[in-house]
Amino acid sequence: MTDLIDLALLFTFGCIGLSLLLTMLRLIAGPTLGDRVLALDTLSINAVSLIVLIGIAGRTQLLFEAALIIAMLGFVSTVAYCRFALRGDIIE
Amino acid sequence: MTMDLFLEGLVALLIVIGGIFTLVGSVGLLKLSRPMPRLHAPTKASTLGVGAILMASMVLAFWRGEGSLHELLITCFMFVTAPISALFIAKVHLHRGEMAVAPPHPPKDDVWATLDTPEEDLDLRKPGETPVTPAE
Repeated sequence: MTDLIDLALLFTFGCIGLSLLLTMLRLIAGPTLGDRVLALDTLSINAVSLIVLIGIAGRTQLLFEAALIIAMLGFVSTVAYCRFALRGDIIE
Repeated sequence: MTMDLFLEGLVALLIVIGGIFTLVGSVGLLKLSRPMPRLHAPTKASTLGVGAILMASMVLAFWRGEGSLHELLITCFMFVTAPISALFIAKVHLHRGEMAVAPPHPPKDDVWATLDTPEEDLDLRKPGETPVTPAE
């Protein structure tokens, strides 16, 4: 649409790509189990940002549902991992 | 014309703010030294990072005349679920003893609730005793 927004989009795509990489490093290195679960949660949040940003870049509203579903699945999977670590079982 | 320039600048500013906060959250996640402080960094990404990008998307949609408020749904969902997942991860740290400083003992009970084991789950056998099979 305009140069200013395209420039900002380019910058933010770089930022989010870099943060996905850094989070991946924590996921691989993370010394404790809680760190790995936290890194997965952060990965899903960054994925939501990335999907919304792709929607802005393509000037479309279609990707909103995808972002909402990724946000919900990220929350549910975080809670499931934590339940498993806490109780050894997800649904008792 | 001036309005267009203002809205364009606003959308660009919101997008840049979102990107910066997402990056700050991930750098903090990698850089902080202990598990409990690490819990604190990604909250920036999940509130301000996603929030600013969704706000930019919303302003852009209204500017193009097909605005709707459904981006607020994701923001509300993030605001509701972020404390719950943070609480669960903190409980995992507490449960597995992965904290740098152990929490103080609670005044009345003898252990924290997450470390408490119900009595029927405790193994009360003496060492060497054969396991008791439950009655059919």
